[in-house]
Amino acid sequence: MSGNTVISVKDLTKRFGSFTAVDHITFDVKPGEIFGFLGANGAGKTTAMRMLCGLSLPTAGKATVAGLDLYLDAEKIKQKIGYMSQRFSLYEDLTIRENIRFYGGIYGLSNQQIKDKTAEMTSNLKLGKEVDSLVKSLPLGWRQKLSFSVAMVHDPRIVFLDEPTGGVDPITRREFWTLIYEAANKGTTVFVTTHYMDEAEYCSRVSIMVDGRIDAMGSPSELKSKFDAYDMADVFLKLARGAKRSDN
Amino acid sequence: MKAVTVSNIRKSFKSGKAVTEAVRTVSLDVEDGELFGIIGPDGSGKTTLFRILTTLMLADEGTATVDGLDVVKDFREIRRRVGYMPGRFSLYPDLSVEENLTFFATLFNTSIDENYDLVKDIYSQIERFKTRKAGALSGGMKQKLALSCALIHRPTVLFLDEPTTGVDAVSRKEFWELLRNLQKQKITIVVSTPYMDEAGLCDRVALMQQGRILDIDSPQGITKKFFGELWSARAEKMYELMLSLREMQGVVSCYPFGQVHHVVPKKDFNISQAQDEIRAMGFPDIHLAPISPTIEDCFMNLMNHPEGQMTAGNER
Repeated sequence: MSGNTVISVKDLTKRFGSFTAVDHITFDVKPGEIFGFLGANGAGKTTAMRMLCGLSLPTAGKATVAGLDLYLDAEKIKQKIGYMSQRFSLYEDLTIRENIRFYGGIYGLSNQQIKDKTAEMTSNLKLGKEVDSLVKSLPLGWRQKLSFSVAMVHDPRIVFLDEPTGGVDPITRREFWTLIYEAANKGTTVFVTTHYMDEAEYCSRVSIMVDGRIDAMGSPSELKSKFDAYDMADVFLKLARGAKRSDN
Repeated sequence: MKAVTVSNIRKSFKSGKAVTEAVRTVSLDVEDGELFGIIGPDGSGKTTLFRILTTLMLADEGTATVDGLDVVKDFREIRRRVGYMPGRFSLYPDLSVEENLTFFATLFNTSIDENYDLVKDIYSQIERFKTRKAGALSGGMKQKLALSCALIHRPTVLFLDEPTTGVDAVSRKEFWELLRNLQKQKITIVVSTPYMDEAGLCDRVALMQQGRILDIDSPQGITKKFFGELWSARAEKMYELMLSLREMQGVVSCYPFGQVHHVVPKKDFNISQAQDEIRAMGFPDIHLAPISPTIEDCFMNLMNHPEGQMTAGNER
């Protein structure tokens, strides 16, 4: 890994039989960047993300994540990254304290570190009083913010967020992005997928996948001027309308 | 006649000692032929309300009618008349596309041929896969099959529970075009969504949050009621700008909205005065401009002031 990339991907490809889900994608992500990973349903985002998280071996191409090779060190990569998805992150039948303890344990934190993290997280999120309540008793918005903090319990260099704001109310959605900004300001790299095009505007850089390839990449303002678009929604529509393969 | 009436409906769920009030005294009417949206985040009570209206669940209190029929007394007749597409895929995965559609048509004593014109727009997009098992379809195709199945008996009222959740921006746009076309066939459509930007595509919307209705009106009517002013703000350093704006005396709230921040100022805070103050705070390139609120601005406004828009912005 060179000093200024935290994810480095070259010609990464994944085939399932005769179907090429991810087709020679190439990009680098710098430390502290908020990298938006966009694409229509079925464009190959999830497959690409699973490879980068060490959950699925590529068919071809090269990639390093946090300096570790995707083929050789998949298990080590899992320790260096955080992951949060909209669908599942926390155990609802455990309390907040138990969830932190569980994830802290998985990532190999010491008892003292887990104790400190529990105090730090609950005070940052103003959840001190609820620390021994079951997660399922929390409002959805708080759960979402807690999931994010839990995904960062081991201070990962990179955090992967898969549609983190789906279904939450608009105020929580924006507060969630404040957390993302804070994490990025502290140097954590944020790799995020979303269907909300206004959120694409908050990213440092955005890539847009179409039919397994990355068809556009750049800062939101670069992409807007390149595609002569008013906003990122317009960029997305212009690109994704041309897709041959679609989930629909 | 109203297509749907809801009067003081309440529903709560118990699990152990915990009681969740899913729907808290909701009332609304949907006009015949209307495209009516129920807009709200997860957990706002949308699905519970749909299940009560489709007679799959009994309310604790209140009354409701669909197509003039009572949801408790006349549940059998309502089930014959309405179409319902639940949020979760609920077709038979081991039947083929065509078998699923035939099955639903048969249940309602009709056939695909009889009502083909109604589903043609949608079904023709998946017809070439008609021998494929429904479980093997992609998400978007499943959604189109489910909509076809909900329509095949020519319902008078169609209930669609979050049909566009998790769907990309392009497909969402196409789906709403389909709904607009369906409306021309004189079907009343009640659709729920967590995406605020879809509200503008409805004739009228109910904004829901935590089991309550915040407001019901046309999209234009809702945005007109936004109390006070709304400014957009932009500068090179957007994140720092947001933090600084939130600290300012004259600012009620500041949230990022894509390329700009949306700022709700206090009543007597004047825009040129604000511009000078912010410039002096280290944002020489600050650009402030008055803008019209979106549905999402109004939703947030109402969330911050649950007691109603009349008082919004006054007391702070």
